[in-house]
Amino acid sequence: MTTLPARPAAPTYDTPESDNYLTHDKGFLSWILTLDHKRIGVMYTASVLLSFLVGGIFALLVRTELLTPGRTFIDADTYNHFFTLHGAVMVFLVIIPSIPAALGNFVLPVMLGAKDVAFPRLNLFSYHLWIAGAVCTVVSLVMGSFDTGWTFYTPYSTTTTAGGVIPVIVGVFILGFSSIFTGMNFIVTIHKLRPPGMTWFRMPLFLWALYSTALIQVLATPVLAITLALVAVERIANIGIFNPAMGGDPVLYQHFFWFYSHPAVYIMIVPAMGIISEIIAVHSHRQIFGYRFIAFSSVAIAIFSFLVWGHHMFTSGQSSLMNTLFSAISFSVAIPSAVKVFNWICTLYKGSISLNTPMLYGLAFLILFTIGGLTGLHLATLNTDVHLHDTYFVVAHFHYVMMGSALIAMVGGLHHWWPKMTGRMYNEKLGMIACTLVFIGFNVTFFTQFMLGSHGMPRRYYDYQPEFQIYHVISTIGSYIMAGGFLLTAMYLVQSLVGGKRAPANPWGGATLEWECASPPPYYNFHEAPKVGDPYDFSNLHWDERGEGYVTVKPPAAKA
Amino acid sequence: MGHAHTSSGHAGHDGQPLVGHLVAPWILFATGGALIVLTVITVAIRYVDLGEANLLVALAIAGLKATLVSLFFMHLRWDRPFNQLIFLSGILFVVLMMAFCLMDTSQYRESQYVGNPADVQAVLDKDAPNAPIAARKSPDLP
Repeated sequence: MTTLPARPAAPTYDTPESDNYLTHDKGFLSWILTLDHKRIGVMYTASVLLSFLVGGIFALLVRTELLTPGRTFIDADTYNHFFTLHGAVMVFLVIIPSIPAALGNFVLPVMLGAKDVAFPRLNLFSYHLWIAGAVCTVVSLVMGSFDTGWTFYTPYSTTTTAGGVIPVIVGVFILGFSSIFTGMNFIVTIHKLRPPGMTWFRMPLFLWALYSTALIQVLATPVLAITLALVAVERIANIGIFNPAMGGDPVLYQHFFWFYSHPAVYIMIVPAMGIISEIIAVHSHRQIFGYRFIAFSSVAIAIFSFLVWGHHMFTSGQSSLMNTLFSAISFSVAIPSAVKVFNWICTLYKGSISLNTPMLYGLAFLILFTIGGLTGLHLATLNTDVHLHDTYFVVAHFHYVMMGSALIAMVGGLHHWWPKMTGRMYNEKLGMIACTLVFIGFNVTFFTQFMLGSHGMPRRYYDYQPEFQIYHVISTIGSYIMAGGFLLTAMYLVQSLVGGKRAPANPWGGATLEWECASPPPYYNFHEAPKVGDPYDFSNLHWDERGEGYVTVKPPAAKA
Repeated sequence: MGHAHTSSGHAGHDGQPLVGHLVAPWILFATGGALIVLTVITVAIRYVDLGEANLLVALAIAGLKATLVSLFFMHLRWDRPFNQLIFLSGILFVVLMMAFCLMDTSQYRESQYVGNPADVQAVLDKDAPNAPIAARKSPDLP
């Protein structure tokens, strides 16, 4: 029989250090030339959030223009430029790098108990490439912008008179390599720098997700780069590849484009799922349910992601044989996705839930991802897709997945690791209010668009029938509410940097290794190599009033 | 022996080798030579009309060249089997993409117009008079 110890061993406190990665070096160059993964992660985060602001402003301009049929305040050409810029900035500059490159860079090596990623210079180069890609996008704005939509469909993209097509294609090409380098770095880091004792199945689920994402980044992104290079060749040299007027095949362009861009959806969502696994487990203080199923479902989604691209092309002239194949395979993606959702819900069941800001974002994700995922089934069904294709139903569906899921998880992850990254706590009450605003605003904006789409309103249109106006007005009001939520978030996060309470090493009670080092982490992450345990065993973590954080209390050896 | 491994004398203090795997120069030059020869064959075969087989030959040569690069230039020949497996899985995705695209184009080919409507032909005559499709005309077009 086991006897409980009378008194637990004394808790250990990890106090914030004066010498941490933020204070180790000073000056602009110490940041822009740093090889420290944490600083690169912070720079990526800041850059991605700035791009999010830019993309968000374009979204608000588009929504405002759609308040009334016909012209509200901008002309049709400007509207085309604005929705294209919104899409391109949000996809290539925000969502794709937001989790792997920004949060992943910061968290991955610390979660492994490592000093850095496997190739720190390549990591910095990847960030510099991101900057170069962003600069190309700005150059394209100066050179006449582009109005092709973020998909650059041919033959329009090779014939439009908008002068910014080539610069933005060069930008996306460069951003692709930035993404490939991050993915390659993560694959090698996870293979080679796992500490002794951390087997594949003792790895935090966020790392499984980043690993799966990295596989997609490395395998799929080169196809996008070459496809866009071919578009540039066609546009500059008039060589017929995709333009039927010159003997090309525009459907082939769609095949090439979606061979990357559908997996790219999973580059966005799979790491988001990894964050949710962490948030749900840590803030429920409960062992994650179905660890192996969640881990394998990440890999399964990564593999499936390469087999479903044709569901974007059901009405493109793609053959009925391929339509049938792609429709059938698309349905099967629902299986690993549902496996994850059910496991997260089971983790919540009987957990000791802390209903704080990261958890609210986690719960928001569960609801929004379920809606986004289920409406995907309508679109994977051939006959309903013919009706819904290129309508607002599609716009609503992918915003539920890309924004409501991927970006909401990113913001949740930002709140989850904010104390670790900055060493400061944010205002919890404002955090919860902002999350509620974002959630309500999001649903008002995009749920309305499901109805708009099923009633037949096509996407990307500048003008519309008067009977659609009420939906557009509601949707636009929703976008303003959401913008208010994000504005509030920005305000209290900036405020926390200046006057926030100092964060303890482990404010949430996480059991993964990043919570074992001080907040913010020391320059080399750990003074001594941390001991690897079960990443989801919370039994030894107890809240300590004095340090206002969780501490590990090791029970003395039990007597038999 | 065609290649040399790092000796223990090159090991760093943490047991990691300081110098990677080395390959004898003649292997590298032979691989480079083979790649050039294969490129010449690729260009030469363009002038021989093998019908549908032209595509297959071009793909086979491209595949062979990629294999040579990965085996010798990228040292996969001497790497761990797991890494070879990872590389092969990459090739699998390329094959998958091409197979699906080719299956699709062969399926919808019959529903495509061969030749050009008049306004398209006008653009072609102006911008790309030598485009191969310009010579063909669909029987059901006026």
